[in-house]
This record gives sequence, C-alpha cells and structure tokens, in this order.
Amino acid sequence: MRYSIQTSTRFSRVSLALAVAMVFMLALLPAYASRGLLQDMFFILTMLTLAQFWNLLAGYGGLLSIGQQAFVGVGGYAMFALVILHGWDPLAAVAVAGCAALLVSIPMGFFSFRLHGAYFAIGTWVLAEVLRLLVAQFKALGGGTGTSLPRAATRNLWGADWVKEVFDVKSAAARDILAYWLALALAAAAIAGIYYLLRSKQGLALSAVRDNAEVARSVGVNAHRLKWQIFLASAFGTGITGALIYLQKARISPDAAFSVTDWTAYIIFIVVIGGIGTIEGPILGVLVFYLLQSLLADYGSWYLLSLGVAGITVMLFAPRGLWGLISDRTGVQCFPIRRLLVQHSNKTGENSVRNHH
Amino acid sequence: MRAPMLKVDRLCKSFNSLKVSNSVSFSVSQGEALGIIGPNGAGKSTLFNLITGNLRPDSGRIELMDMGDVTGMPPMQRCIAGVGRSFQIPQPFDELTVFENLLVAAAHGRGLSEHDACDKCGEILEQTELMTVANQRAGGLRLLQRKRLELARAMATGPKLLLLDEIAGGLTECESASLVATIRAIHKGGATLIWIEHVLHALNSVVERLMVLDFGRVIGIGAPFDMMNSEAVKTVYLGIEA
Repeated sequence: MRYSIQTSTRFSRVSLALAVAMVFMLALLPAYASRGLLQDMFFILTMLTLAQFWNLLAGYGGLLSIGQQAFVGVGGYAMFALVILHGWDPLAAVAVAGCAALLVSIPMGFFSFRLHGAYFAIGTWVLAEVLRLLVAQFKALGGGTGTSLPRAATRNLWGADWVKEVFDVKSAAARDILAYWLALALAAAAIAGIYYLLRSKQGLALSAVRDNAEVARSVGVNAHRLKWQIFLASAFGTGITGALIYLQKARISPDAAFSVTDWTAYIIFIVVIGGIGTIEGPILGVLVFYLLQSLLADYGSWYLLSLGVAGITVMLFAPRGLWGLISDRTGVQCFPIRRLLVQHSNKTGENSVRNHH
Repeated sequence: MRAPMLKVDRLCKSFNSLKVSNSVSFSVSQGEALGIIGPNGAGKSTLFNLITGNLRPDSGRIELMDMGDVTGMPPMQRCIAGVGRSFQIPQPFDELTVFENLLVAAAHGRGLSEHDACDKCGEILEQTELMTVANQRAGGLRLLQRKRLELARAMATGPKLLLLDEIAGGLTECESASLVATIRAIHKGGATLIWIEHVLHALNSVVERLMVLDFGRVIGIGAPFDMMNSEAVKTVYLGIEA
C-alpha cells in the first residue's frame, strides 16, 4: 500500500466528538428548560432539518427546488389523514407521512427532471401549488380552511404518560417534549446521514455531477440515478419533518402547509446566508435566522425587508456564506469531505503530498 | 492481424442539413494507435462523441471488442465497458482536487471502492506528472496541467480504448513534447489509442496509422507517411493546389 486517502483532520475529530456530546446534552434539555425555550428549539431544529435537505438538493445536487413546501404539506396532511380518518397514533403517522411524501415525489420527479436550472425551480413550485389546490378539495380534512388534530389523539401520544410522570408536566407540555426529542433525533439523523453520503463514493460522484454532469457521465457516473436518489431522500426527510411540525402545531391548513415563504424561501435564506454546499452552513444560518426573527418579527414587513437585505448582502460580499468566510479565514472544517492523497514512502515513513489550497 | 478493438460501420450523423458524419467506416486493432486529422469542422470531435455515446448516430453501427454492438448504449455504460476520453477543451471538475478528479473516475468507471482505487490513481498521477498538484483544486490549474489532467482522468477509468481530442493543442513546443512522451509511454504499455490532433509531428511520432476526415467523410486511411503525401490529403487538408 503506497497511497492512502485522508479525509478527517484532528480538528474534525474533535468537533465530531463535540457534536455527539452536544446532541446528548440537548436531549437532556427538557429536564431544566422552560416550555417556551423547548418550542423555540423545536423551531430551530426542524428548520435546520429542512435546510439540510434543501442544501442536499441544491448545494450538492445542483437541483434548485422551490417546491419543498409540497413535501412539508403532504407530510403534514398525510399525518392528519391517518390520525383523523384512521385513528392512528400521531407518532406512528409521522413516520408513515415521510413515505407519503416519498410517493408524491416520484411523479413530481418524473415531471420536473425534464426541466433544468431555473425551469426546474419554477416547475417544482408549480407542482407544489397544484398539490395545495388538490389538498384544499378534501372536505374530510377541512378543505380550504383546514382542521385541527383531535384533542384525544394529541393527549394520548405514545410515551406521553411516561413523560408526564418523569418531568411532572401536563399533557400539552409532554407533547412539546416528545416533539422536541423527535426534532432533535431527526436533525441529528439528517446531518449524520448526509455527511455519511458525502463521504461515500456516491457523494464524490455528486460533487462531480454538480461541477459538470456531462463529463461525470463519461467517467462512469450514473448521474441520473444519483439525482433521483437525493430527490427522493430529501422528499422523505422533508415529509417527516413537515409531519412533525404539524404534530406540534396541531392545526393545519393548505395555505400554511404549502406556504412557499415558510418552507422554501426561509430555508433558502438559511442555507444561502450560512453557506451553501456545506453541512456547517445551514447550522450557522438557522441560528442567524432565529436571531433575526426574534429581534425583528414584530416589525412586520420591515422584518421581511431586512431578511432580503441580509440575504443580498451575503450573496454579494460572501457568496459562500458566513461559514465560507470563517472557513476561508481559519481553514477549519467540522465536517470535512475533501479527500487528500497521502503518499507513503519507505524511507521517511509517512510523507504527505504537498497540499496548498 | 490483431483482433479489432473498435469497429465503426457506415456511421452517419447530421445536424439539420449539415452532414457531420457521412458513412464513416474504420476499425482499430487491439493495441494500435490511430491518428485522426482533418480541417476544422471535418467531424472529428463529432466522431468521438458518437463513439463515446454523447451523441446518437442517425444510422450505422459501433462495435466494441467483448461488448458487440454498443450503438444505443449511454455514455456512462460505454465508459464502464472501456471507452475513456479526454475533452478538446479541458473540463476538470473544478471544485474537486486533481486527485479527486481521478478518484471519481476510477471509483465509478472501474466500479472500485475509493480505498481500492487510491493506489491506481497514485500511479497515474505519477505517470502523468501531476503528483505535485494532487491535492490542489483542479479549477486553478494551468493549461498544460489541465491537459494532463484530461489524460489522467481518462486513464483512471481503466479504458481499453483511449480517445484523445487535441490534447497537445495550445501547448508550447516544449510542453507538447513532454506530453507526447507521456502518451507514447502509455501506448507502449499496451493501450489502444485514437488521437485527434492538429500538431502533426506530435501525432506522427506516436500513431501507426492516420485517418483523414473532410466534410464528415473518410478521404484516406493508412500509414502516416503515405497519407501526408497523398494528393487527396494535400488538396483538402493542407490547402495545396494539386
């Protein structure tokens, strides 16, 4: 063995350990946090998950979707349908809701993959609007005005009794704790899953396809299959997250669940401001977004204007986002995917190939 | 007679009314190096795109050794079947490093794991003199290095048939000579080559046969010396009045 591949650095190993410790600490948060903080954390974690999946599509796959709200909406509505019409436990329904979004994404992909670039973006948006209009026709789920989860269903979630006993809280707070844990698990799983994908052979191919799909195909990469895989995976993840969001809200309507502003525009803002095409970017981006929202949300349209100005400023002066700035200055990466070639010579032991970026 | 590596039979391709490939037939034996010359717009790169599957022919057949008829096969599968190519205008994966450019080709073109592909990529980087820039972003390379990367990435796919499209074009005399030495070594190692080139002395120092294209037709194929001296070639290619 004369050559080997080196991906992780000492910094990344430390940061990985810190990330795992962080997840465990966050899991213990319900023991001492207020209900308001848990709800805020729930918001941050679900937005983070949505952002990671949009970043997978657009940042790594080059698929600029503006139709992610379709999967949030389908996920949310599938969960409501299973609970209201079939009497399922909401937690079980959340898992199955992801599959519903996956199913819907198959015909969506079939249509939208015929389009490229900006046309793909518009195409996905149009399809999401079509779904919104279709869902509004279901009278059993409240039609255009929407509906609420039955009180009995939200009160008797699986595990709610145990949470009530352990934390000594009422059932509404118990539901928040369960939703928070699920959001944490989902965000951690999304980040771990996407990082695992990017470290794999398929992840390398994904970067090649993003740079030049035509050339990627002629070096043996199955670009078409790869695009389908990430499209389906992100539909599934976005669908589950959507269901979870609406479990916590306990009320759904077509306009809210299929909102392009809430589930795609904000998500794009988070990813772009944090740094597209990196795992660290959306994490940073969601914190900035949360901060701006808590500071400015009372100012109505000024809030949206300032989001726009912040977005444009970052695009002009730091096109690779805040994480891009930090990473360029310091050279650190918490989730490195760069594969460095290391040459082993027998005389001097380990002898790395010179590396200058 | 060695077994044919590639057999192209009456291949036709038109862009609207323009016939860029007009009943082109030829074959290349295993281990042979065939050069292709012809004026701009003669259909040389189109021929490559037809062989690699980036373009579909209107009619005709393409056969690969061990694979039979591959005329309808998409580019990805043709690469895996053993057709490697370099592009006329270098098209590295800009955001990847030089090594990663090779790694993706070796891992997917040969169906290897990254771990198993690593040694192969290291060897090719040494052979193509790219080891010093292995961990640099490919987007930042100079022209000679970009050309070398085209060659290296094509080799990383493990080709039985290597198609080189004007790989020496745009280089200085000195740069071109060092690249040609690399290509000659690769050919000596047993690779079957088809090489499009305008730099004739570079081409003729490696290839065993030369094919001349003009307006999508084959107007001559044979030993380089005979081709360069044939009246038909002088007329259309070198622009000399017969």
